[in-house]
Amino acid sequence: MWIKNRNGWNSPERDVTPESLFLNRRKFIAGAGAIAGAALVGGAFSPTEARTLKELGAKSSAFDPGEELTPYSAVTQYNNFYEFGTDKSDPYENAGSMQVDPWSVSVDGLVDRPGTYDLMDLIDFNALEERIYRLRCVEAWSMVIPWIGVPLSSVLNKIGVQSGAKYVRFETLNDRKQMPGVRWPVLDWPYVEGLRMDEAMNDLTLMAVGLYGKELPNQNGAPLRLVVPWKYGFKSIKSIVRISLTEKQPRTSWQKSAPQEYGFYSNVNPEVDHPRWSQARERRIGEFSRRKTLMFNGYGEWVADLYAGMDLAKYY
Amino acid sequence: MKVSVHHLRVWGKPLIFLLSLVPALWLVYHWYLAYGGLPHDLGFNPNETSNRFTGDWAIRFLLLSLAVTPFATVLRSPKPLLFRRMLGLYALFYAGLHVLSYIWLDMAFDWPELWADVLKRTYITVGMLAILFLLPLGVTSTKGWIKRMGAKRWQKLHKLVYLIGLLACVHFIMMRKGFQVEPLIYAGIFAALMLARLRKRRGKVRA
Repeated sequence: MWIKNRNGWNSPERDVTPESLFLNRRKFIAGAGAIAGAALVGGAFSPTEARTLKELGAKSSAFDPGEELTPYSAVTQYNNFYEFGTDKSDPYENAGSMQVDPWSVSVDGLVDRPGTYDLMDLIDFNALEERIYRLRCVEAWSMVIPWIGVPLSSVLNKIGVQSGAKYVRFETLNDRKQMPGVRWPVLDWPYVEGLRMDEAMNDLTLMAVGLYGKELPNQNGAPLRLVVPWKYGFKSIKSIVRISLTEKQPRTSWQKSAPQEYGFYSNVNPEVDHPRWSQARERRIGEFSRRKTLMFNGYGEWVADLYAGMDLAKYY
Repeated sequence: MKVSVHHLRVWGKPLIFLLSLVPALWLVYHWYLAYGGLPHDLGFNPNETSNRFTGDWAIRFLLLSLAVTPFATVLRSPKPLLFRRMLGLYALFYAGLHVLSYIWLDMAFDWPELWADVLKRTYITVGMLAILFLLPLGVTSTKGWIKRMGAKRWQKLHKLVYLIGLLACVHFIMMRKGFQVEPLIYAGIFAALMLARLRKRRGKVRA
């Protein structure tokens, strides 16, 4: 009985290969070509960028780990920005619809000068500096990115920190019309993050407005985002519309989502695992094998004393 | 619809066989390109892409194989059953690639670390259990084994696939961050396929 089946196998391959398979082959060859094309044109090409990214003048970096930069294409096309979808390519594909000019930030809480600030009034664009930082995602991958921005401390000094303020709370834009991802209850929107005041005032903590010499692309958190290089990437909140100074520790979106997995501090720490995966190693985007993750992502020299005497397994 | 069993055997089976192989060929081809430093479609984190891609196809084939019997009931024809074993074996095949992707690309064949990971990470334990249960089903999928075991015992063993489906869905839900829809869609399909079976059994009891 089974021998009969052989007839099918003996037929020439063209008879048993469906058209869809041929077409599929062509499609992925064409797809590979498109990626090659995009790589050639580099940052100048993006399907969703409605605006041209302006060049930004900045002082050169005082912080440069001397490691190879992650290519611009990876930095801008492999992102976690769940407001635009949960796939890594979603932000690149969907974020173009976000209006970032004009942009205002409301400032409230324990500040001397509350109110609604235009981006230009909050950030001194004449004082921009470039900072090359490692970025370590909680998902155990990492990049090296040349950011442009000003220290967060300069922004906080501008709005005036009152003596009772112990924490800074940040909020991301939450707009269904512009952000397809917020229709899904992936997290409790708006996205909220926070820092302790001494963390916020630390010299490393950057308010970024650009990367690779230009304004931030939308998918990277335009026009204003936080960069806290010794913490997991999700602490570096994107597209900020509100800054509040508080006495109480703010509850962050990820804490609300899974408190046993994401703590308020979320410092990069190879010894404290995420409950579901190890944090001992990371994959640098573009490298095949994994490298060891460094304590505080290699920034212990600047930040370790912030946590002196704290049990970092408890305050993860 | 006049498709004879003979036609399904001679043309249908090779066709489904080749179609089912396409995702694996795609993956191998793009790794070949990536390895040669050529443009490829594996994205900026090919290892993550491989893990997800093979996992996606493993659960898809598992659900497809579970859909065959209800589908045959709806058609009132045993013909779809001709494809059940092949789809089940493809589930095992893609699950195997999924494990290979994890052991090779993520763990770099570091066995002590792998063992620690399997024990410590609940979602990996769950996934590994699913594969462990799937293996004997693959091994005993031949006619010879049905004879050796006897149809009744064989069927009993192959009921394990329901547990495997459940484990696979749990594994998928657990590995995502936040509340995500995609794994829930798969879990919903699995639940629907199980409910279809329950309804059929109830119907039998009533009749």
